[in-house]
Amino acid sequence: MSLLSVENLVVRHGLLQAVRGVSFSVERGETLALVGANGAGKTTLLRAIAGAHQPAAGRVLLDGADLTSVPSHSRVGMGIALVPEGRKLFVRMTVEENLLLGRTAGRPGEWSVDKVLEMFPNLKPRRHARTGYLSGGEQQATAIGRALMSNPDVLLLDEVSLGLSPLIVDRVYAALQGLIASGTTIILVEQDLNRALSVSDKVICMLEGRIALAADSKSVSRDEVTKAYFGLHRQKAEPA
Amino acid sequence: MTNQIIQGILLGGYYALIACGLSFMFSVMRIINLAHGSLAVFAAYALWWLASRLHIPPFFGLLIVLPVMAVIGWALQRFLLERSARGGALLPILTTFGLAIVIDNMLFEQFGADTRSLAPFIGSLSYDSWEWPGGIYVGKLAVIMFATAVILLGGLQLFLTRTRLGRSIRATSEDPDTAGLVGVDARRANAIAAAIAMVTVGLAGAFLGMRATFDPYAGAPQLLFAFEAAVIGGAGSLWGTLIGGIVLALAQTLGAQVHPQGFLIGGHAMFLVVLFVRLSASGLGLRGLLRLPSRSGS
Amino acid sequence: MSAVSTSPVIERGTATSRIAAIAVALIIALLAAAPQFLSAGAVDRMTALFIYVILAAMWNALAGFGGLVSVGQQVFFGLGAYFAIRLADAGLNPLLALFASGLIVGAVSWPLSLFMLRLRNGEFAIGMWVIAALTHLLVNLDRLVQGETGTSLISLNVYDAGTRRTTIYWLALVSMTALLAILFGLLRGSTGAAIRAIRDNEDAAASVGVRVTGTKRLLFVLAAFGIGIAGALWLATSITFQPKTYFNVQWTAYMIFMVLVGGIGTFEGAILGAVVFFLIETWFGGAGVWYLVGLGAIAVLFSLFLPRGLWGTIEERFGLRLLPVGYRVRLPGNPAAPADDGTAPSPQTTQHQEKA
Repeated sequence: MSLLSVENLVVRHGLLQAVRGVSFSVERGETLALVGANGAGKTTLLRAIAGAHQPAAGRVLLDGADLTSVPSHSRVGMGIALVPEGRKLFVRMTVEENLLLGRTAGRPGEWSVDKVLEMFPNLKPRRHARTGYLSGGEQQATAIGRALMSNPDVLLLDEVSLGLSPLIVDRVYAALQGLIASGTTIILVEQDLNRALSVSDKVICMLEGRIALAADSKSVSRDEVTKAYFGLHRQKAEPA
Repeated sequence: MTNQIIQGILLGGYYALIACGLSFMFSVMRIINLAHGSLAVFAAYALWWLASRLHIPPFFGLLIVLPVMAVIGWALQRFLLERSARGGALLPILTTFGLAIVIDNMLFEQFGADTRSLAPFIGSLSYDSWEWPGGIYVGKLAVIMFATAVILLGGLQLFLTRTRLGRSIRATSEDPDTAGLVGVDARRANAIAAAIAMVTVGLAGAFLGMRATFDPYAGAPQLLFAFEAAVIGGAGSLWGTLIGGIVLALAQTLGAQVHPQGFLIGGHAMFLVVLFVRLSASGLGLRGLLRLPSRSGS
Repeated sequence: MSAVSTSPVIERGTATSRIAAIAVALIIALLAAAPQFLSAGAVDRMTALFIYVILAAMWNALAGFGGLVSVGQQVFFGLGAYFAIRLADAGLNPLLALFASGLIVGAVSWPLSLFMLRLRNGEFAIGMWVIAALTHLLVNLDRLVQGETGTSLISLNVYDAGTRRTTIYWLALVSMTALLAILFGLLRGSTGAAIRAIRDNEDAAASVGVRVTGTKRLLFVLAAFGIGIAGALWLATSITFQPKTYFNVQWTAYMIFMVLVGGIGTFEGAILGAVVFFLIETWFGGAGVWYLVGLGAIAVLFSLFLPRGLWGTIEERFGLRLLPVGYRVRLPGNPAAPADDGTAPSPQTTQHQEKA
């Protein structure tokens, strides 16, 4: 059984359909990259999996259990953690407090404040600093650490490289490689196509709320993904 | 004069007590509860009823009333405020205002127009005083009140920074959606915050009844005092409410010196002056004034 | 909504609204003639109703259209009565004093608005209450008022009881009609678009260049003026002025009740709410405290379960619009769909939703 599956998911923002019937599944230990242009529905899809958006139709299953009506905070307890776009740290709280918040759901596991600080040594001196005063890279590290603190089975990463310098992005991805190697299941949204393909096992390219392409990251060509990205790759005829 | 200043500072303790719940609820849920004062008066009546009918002294009565207030706070959040806050920022004002009218008039219906006091039930505490060096007499009750305020504010501060629940409440106050995404049950955190706020309201009501008299419509002035102390002190900061309470009380004391009717005028005037200075200085409106960062998202 | 080649039709009124306009004219004519047929007691009650309509319409202008919920509007009610007393005492004709008092209240509210409009939501609401409490205390200091003992508009006694009653009735009717007309004109004019934009989303309105503060100030001053007139009229009907009665928060409670029940942010709703309140008061006013408990409870229930009020709900349900203050776009291809013309915001954009 797949660790996480999404079945015919539809999410609306008011009248706008952000996600229009998406299905896929992720196996344990796999890394899935979601790519696509701005507004393609990647973030909405990720947030719907985390429970931040209530879908209009379709289901989200974790280990076969239907999560659709489970509120976001309980999903953390069941093993889904999101690193949201824009980090969304609690800026009036310290690094340590932000990390400890990740423990609220109380899932047992290996992650601790010290372990996160080991993974991101640059956070060590900032442990008691308010996150509002951190640099972008430090903030991103805290956001990832906060998600890890809940000892998730599935880690959802939304544009972790956004607004960071290439050097910092390299560091963040180096840390992620460690997580992937240790067997954590990851779904990540990434604008940088090369990076997305190199880090993942599977890739899904979204276009206007639908899946335009789902493929194996190692075998798919960059060209194919680019075509799907711009909508030149419609496999199926779409209803007018 | 020194004597009056000391009395004023101690009275500030009462204002801090009544203000901290209002300020706390505002900083967590962004709701100003217009029934705040009425609920304090309700607690005072509950203690009065326990004392006069069941002969339970007010300090023991608190053991019953405070848990009841906590339940009321929880229910208030779950059944009224949560629903009303979904309709935007303005609706809770109307809901809680309606609630205040209901509470005031129910109290009137139940207890009549007579003014009541808890003073007869606390023995000599209501008039005993200590002599301090320099021939200054300070009321024991006033000192207890001030000490309670300090302990309460300190306790709340510790709770919010040192406990998991406190952190959850702070996270919810900053960004309820993201709090949910890291595993915090924002609804629960809000309901607990409301329960805590109502416990402080219960304490404030107890001291209101012990230090003075109250009647069914005494809630409105208490709400205004609480609001003024919270704003003067910069709502959102706990210790600010203590400073705000003291400033308010000193302004009232000064007003009473100037004119027989000057007590309340002094307080209101001070509030407006502080507001005016801050608004002109910040140029940001009250959001800047309260030092609240704008909430991300909607 | 797929494109249909026929172009949409933009209307200001509807057939219903044209009939309504004629009906309004008829009702006003009928009301003007009513003192000929009504008993003295009924004339007094009708005067009270007109004053309620003014209060509801003015509070609605402020809260429903300006997004400014105030619990201190009794300050203008009290000041309206107080200035009338003062002007009459200075020798002005008492009837003239009523109107002049309203103007002074409006003038006083302008500098106040400079300060108060910088507060938002709850802070504005209670801030106004503090202003009302302080003003009440200051008015009490006036020797003429004699503290809570109060005073009377004695100079009105130059008119005999019958003349006084009908004159005040007509004054109230004229004031109500004029204030409603001013508000209606504002909402239909170019300011109306700005007002509706602010009501729906203040920040967005500001970002497209709507003069948010100026428009709000206009509503604030209008509401102060109208409520001042209402306070002066109330003084004329009851003669005595006790500060405690006029600066009572109860007045704002009535305003909130009327507007919440009638339909916040709808022109007709405030009037409907005033009529409902008037009827409830007539029937249950004798129930004393329970009557007030009931008012509070109904306000709470409406705010929770029917926040758009009776008229808002009727409008939404039936697409009915008697006095159209906005525009209505009818798409020929889709006649059944209730077109959104801004006066009937869809549930996602109700007037209460202020993006914080």
